[in-house]
Amino acid sequence: MSPVQQLWARFLEHRAAVFALGLLGLIVLALFIGPALSPHAVDSIDFDGEWATAPSVVNAHWFGTDSLGRDVFVRALSGGRISLLVAFAATFVSLLIGVSYGAIAGYFGGALDEWMMRAVDILYALPFLFLVILLMVLFGRNVVLVFVAIGAINWLDMARVVRGQVLALKQREFVLAAHTHGMGSAAILRQHIVPNLMGVVLVTVTLTIPQVILTESFLSFLGLGVQEPATSWGTLINEGAREMQQTPWALLFPAGLMALTLLCFNLVGDALRDVLDPRDSP
Amino acid sequence: MSALLEVRDLAITYRTRQGLLPVLHPLDFTLAAGQTLGLVGESGSGKSQIALALMGLLPGNAEVQGRIVFEDRELLALKPAERRSLRGARMGLIFQDPMTSLNPHLTIGLQLAEVLELHRGASRATALAAARQMLEAVRIPQAAQRLAQYPHELSGGQRQRVMIAMMLLAKPLLLIADEPTTALDVTVQAEILKLLAQLKREMGLSLLMISHDLGVMADIADELLVLYAGRVMERGSASAVLTAPSHPYTRALLACRPRLDTPWDQPLPTIAGLPARAAPAMPGCVFAPRCAAVQPLCLERPPALREFGHGSAASACHFC
Repeated sequence: MSPVQQLWARFLEHRAAVFALGLLGLIVLALFIGPALSPHAVDSIDFDGEWATAPSVVNAHWFGTDSLGRDVFVRALSGGRISLLVAFAATFVSLLIGVSYGAIAGYFGGALDEWMMRAVDILYALPFLFLVILLMVLFGRNVVLVFVAIGAINWLDMARVVRGQVLALKQREFVLAAHTHGMGSAAILRQHIVPNLMGVVLVTVTLTIPQVILTESFLSFLGLGVQEPATSWGTLINEGAREMQQTPWALLFPAGLMALTLLCFNLVGDALRDVLDPRDSP
Repeated sequence: MSALLEVRDLAITYRTRQGLLPVLHPLDFTLAAGQTLGLVGESGSGKSQIALALMGLLPGNAEVQGRIVFEDRELLALKPAERRSLRGARMGLIFQDPMTSLNPHLTIGLQLAEVLELHRGASRATALAAARQMLEAVRIPQAAQRLAQYPHELSGGQRQRVMIAMMLLAKPLLLIADEPTTALDVTVQAEILKLLAQLKREMGLSLLMISHDLGVMADIADELLVLYAGRVMERGSASAVLTAPSHPYTRALLACRPRLDTPWDQPLPTIAGLPARAAPAMPGCVFAPRCAAVQPLCLERPPALREFGHGSAASACHFC
């Protein structure tokens, strides 16, 4: 059995996490095919019914309509799609930058490590939210900018985690063994260090995704994120909160869906962390 | 015939925050093709430092002086890239602990193939075929299936065989074995030693064997170098050193071997005191504080390594 297969076998013992993973799969599936099942569109207003109708099966407004008469079911799902895409894109960016940055700093060590990690500390010290607002003021409202900002801030955690791991890995004898048969540093990093990082990286990724979803929602809630007519969970929660006395469902459905997704990611991440605990890994 | 490996005045010093720390004092040795040289000594005597210095793998704060001539090339004058191309291809090193020297995330086959892809530019398929042959050469049963397995699926003895196969794949001339059997149990140890001796004959290897175990040396070494605190105490043919040791340190080491006829209720013999650190500069012999036959002269003047008898036999003691 390969180490990955072993991990999977141990992951299957965490029943809550397996359930969460299944639920997550269903949610993702729903986000992508759900809107097509509804007769309504994201930005169409239902002039036939009353505006702000409660959830009902009869008129196919399963989650009701918002105060403008738009279908909450379709909006919650397509908003979730954007939230999730942003999360995956930003996490992927942070993965690429974070892993290579951290691996290089940790592997080569010494003065290079010192300088690279001080740079990370400095970036940590920047007030992220002010930075985003400042960028908005300078370049106008631009969703891409938000994603870049989120990605640029999230790789810092990844870099720190990876560096720590590499510091430990490079002391391992199989790295010395690779040196003894004449392997170069780049090849050692690529073939021996990075594959051994996959565990911690996977855990960090599953914990970064919900974090990014939250950040994006937060920015959207402040009106800095995704703009109409496109929508995201944060934007929807912002709109829903404004009308929560009249149309509580326009707040509760997107918020509930987002909370459920975050919970699932966290459950899976926690289980992975248990599974990969170095104390009882082979 | 010129020697495969000739080491002259090899000294290793570490630059530390506390100042210079000498771990190996200038020493000489020669290893002829097809021969086995044993380095014996307690922990901290500098055995492994010699191995790393030969491979060029000492950490950056180590300073190496002297000359290491391998295949008529002066290693210390080579560029890092040239030394790297020697590693694995012309000289190999196997370590003490086979449990940790294989990458847990890669199959045995990939890790073996890697060596040939690196040095020969071999394709994956030919490298894997050669890897299988080499696994058979180190007597691993079902070699073909082993290639697809991961290190944790193999026993300790098999992993050490895999390490040996890995280091021999590119057909090096010199194999350095740094306590290759210490982490294995005694029966496996005997098999690995037998295997090393066979491979040495079959492939015409020269072996530099590092161990603290005199029993291992008696089995495999032609020549012995006894080290203490980074200095040579005694040197000579293995049979002479082990049967008629001249230096008090060698004698003390031999006396420490547990014997079958030692009464079970007697404590095992030990050498009193702690192994000297290589660092302190003392006027006399480094072993004097622990020596059973110490004389006033021993504390005043360091003994030189004096040759005696025939061959390369030599001893660093005022009184033998």
